[in-house]
Amino acid sequence: MSAVTATSPVASGTAAGELKVSYKTPITLGIFALLGVILLVVFGRNGTSVFNFTASNAGAIQLPVVSMPGHLTGVVIAILGVLLALGSGLMARFQRRTPLWYITIFAVVLVTGFLVWASTGIPHELHVTGLLVGALGLSAPLIFGSLGGVLSERVGVTNIAIEGQLLAGAFVSAVTATITHSIIAGILAAAVAGVLVSFVLAVFAIKYVVNQVIIGVVLNTLVAGLTTFLYQQVLLNNIGALNNPPVLKQLPIPGLSVIPIIGPLLFDQNVIVYFMYVAVAGVTIGLFRTRWGLRLRAVGEHPQAADTVGINVGRTRFWNVALAGAIVGVGGSYFTLGNIGPFGANMTNGAGYIALAAVIFGGWHPIRATLASLLFGFATNLGSVLGSIQSPVPNDFLLMLPYVVTIFAVAGFVGRVRGPAAAGRPYIKS
Amino acid sequence: MSAELPATVPIAETATKLADPKFDLTGGEAPPEPPAPRAIVALREALNGSVVLTILAVFVALVVGAILIASTNTDVQTAAGYFLARPGDTLAAIWQSVAGAYIAIFRGGVYDFTASNFGTGIASILNSLGFATPLIAAGLGIAVGFRSGVFNIGGTGMILVAAACAGWVGFAVSLPPGIHMIVAVLAGLVGGGFWAFLVGFLKARTGAHEVIVTIMLNYIALYLIDYLLNSPVLRDPSSNAPVSPSEKPTAVFFHLLGPSYSLNFGFILVIGATIFCWWLLGRSSLGFKFRAVGENPRAARVAGIHLNRMYIYVMVISGVLVGFAGVYQVLGQITTGFDRGIDAGIGFTAITVALLGRSRPWGVFAAGILFGILQAGSYTMQADQGVNVNVLPVIQSVIVLFLAAPPLVRAIFRLPDPDRRRARAMSKKAVVAK
Repeated sequence: MSAVTATSPVASGTAAGELKVSYKTPITLGIFALLGVILLVVFGRNGTSVFNFTASNAGAIQLPVVSMPGHLTGVVIAILGVLLALGSGLMARFQRRTPLWYITIFAVVLVTGFLVWASTGIPHELHVTGLLVGALGLSAPLIFGSLGGVLSERVGVTNIAIEGQLLAGAFVSAVTATITHSIIAGILAAAVAGVLVSFVLAVFAIKYVVNQVIIGVVLNTLVAGLTTFLYQQVLLNNIGALNNPPVLKQLPIPGLSVIPIIGPLLFDQNVIVYFMYVAVAGVTIGLFRTRWGLRLRAVGEHPQAADTVGINVGRTRFWNVALAGAIVGVGGSYFTLGNIGPFGANMTNGAGYIALAAVIFGGWHPIRATLASLLFGFATNLGSVLGSIQSPVPNDFLLMLPYVVTIFAVAGFVGRVRGPAAAGRPYIKS
Repeated sequence: MSAELPATVPIAETATKLADPKFDLTGGEAPPEPPAPRAIVALREALNGSVVLTILAVFVALVVGAILIASTNTDVQTAAGYFLARPGDTLAAIWQSVAGAYIAIFRGGVYDFTASNFGTGIASILNSLGFATPLIAAGLGIAVGFRSGVFNIGGTGMILVAAACAGWVGFAVSLPPGIHMIVAVLAGLVGGGFWAFLVGFLKARTGAHEVIVTIMLNYIALYLIDYLLNSPVLRDPSSNAPVSPSEKPTAVFFHLLGPSYSLNFGFILVIGATIFCWWLLGRSSLGFKFRAVGENPRAARVAGIHLNRMYIYVMVISGVLVGFAGVYQVLGQITTGFDRGIDAGIGFTAITVALLGRSRPWGVFAAGILFGILQAGSYTMQADQGVNVNVLPVIQSVIVLFLAAPPLVRAIFRLPDPDRRRARAMSKKAVVAK
């Protein structure tokens, strides 16, 4: 049986009975390893690459500055990548799925190789911790957005309106925090704003059975128009009184925040990021370990069955979409209160769509969607960092990466992604 | 049979609602077991409201716009401060702000009655037709998709790619007048069609959902154009900003009514496109297959229609039409060189146009002209009355929201529900059939 699989990997999984492991993951890893070999060995660049691991706000512990010979390091990393891809192939040969942590290690290795390649021969040193901190900052709203997306799609309502919810959260939190001088009020108001957008989505999708994609797109246009209108018409004339919110301070967690690299990255952040950790854990546990999550998933997968056992499909959908809106709304407040302060027109700049991409690339799973958001945030930040250090890679292509990866994911090249069965389909009780 | 499945009643309901009997391809058949064409049923809901509902939706949206305009007006706010003492002042201020804004839209979009002569006054509506041209073209493209059950959210990407292709031919190639324009237009249409083909191909070959793919391709196109505008391919070497060079005069759409009016040949082409869509959807066998796929893909497949091939055809035709909007942007609207903002939001506005026009070619044409008028008028409104143009997307999206939910509009205006009696009769019949 396994010989058949080895000769025709495409046909694997179609055979009934025995559980087949697809060769898609090893093949994908192999392609990336090959790309790594081409880039790092064939087009290897001579010179040295200097990595600086010390964070700008690090206290006592100073880390050494590592300088590596560009080409040699590249060759080593390329070999490592090929070995890891072969390892994945071996796992598939022995009917084992390549685990997520293995793919993560592979990605980290290749990204390191790419970083070394891109930073070889540049006159500056590459501040690795700064790069990662920036990446987490860009990822935070994406993670909130993708958590909201996962929740509402798992309950069966397609949420294209993540962008609108983020933007509404950003706008309302900035204005509320300015008026009340309270950051907490701002964050709560952001959650309320997200819920309001969700209410419109839920009412139109569930009660009026309007196509959810249309409602999502229209809501994004509506929120973008409304916030831009109010910004241009009202906020710009009263910046001091309406659009001058306080910015959240970093809250280093004692003890943990002095750990090199990880400390400044994870434990020297603001409240919204800490809340994000809680939200990721909460959604994951809630979705897969509680009665609430089971009902939620049942409604999203087979509403008729859920209805038959007494779950109120409409109500479950309505309130979970509202909850999703609250989470995304808090993510929106990160743009203003957690980052720069004042609201700017269209400041989310498509983050909602990247979050949607992360939901799909993450296979509608909160942890995977979070990892996808981190990857996309990292790619975006890498784009801007490499753009500023005159690296040979055009940053437009790095900015493109999340979208290309997502298309590959939905096209089935990177494993199979399958959404909740009833997502996007209204349920009408007979 | 159909009475046993809970999900089937609304399908039958909407099927009976269809005005055109030959449109009702699947009415008599038993609907598929899982409620697959749900999205299409919902879309049909959005597309089959009556003219009255459309007018009421526009009215509600204008009221919402009026509330926004009045509440952000500083005169109104000042007068509201002493509302209890002199309520008349507040009402007068509200009236002035709202009437001023909407009169400005009329002056800028339809006819400027303050102009000294008829020739200057009529320039407004001609200007509006210029703004309407790309909206109609892109709206037609989206509508063809809607009628075939394909959601093309990727107007932005197709417009950008088409604009880049047409724009490049327009400034980089030297050809005799006329031929140059034709080649540039064709290049743009091929670009838009290719970008859409990617979507159709992925949907047909791998089942990738077109909504996701088109959204992602929007951003890929944006960054691709951004990269090209920063590279020697598209960038004007004499400019500091990432902007392309000016189009050569041989490629630009010629003015129809002389240089003093902005209306150009592109409008004639878009009328042609509307006639083409009317013929395609209403008279051609390919269009019949498109509609069949849109109504019920399973039934269409059983009837021998090659679904995957249809998805590719639909997307390519949709992309060519949307691409024309991009072509018009560089050859008709902004001929002095384009930047990454050449799309100007048309890609998303076109979705609203298609919905407002209920995906009928001439409906889209009318909706496009309405939105063109609003757009041209909104610039006058901003200049004259200081009301920001961004009130326009609010009005547009509220129109679509209400259009999409006829029960909501009926509830607001206390209109009777024409379906209720029929639905009750149907359910009674179903019970009897059981």
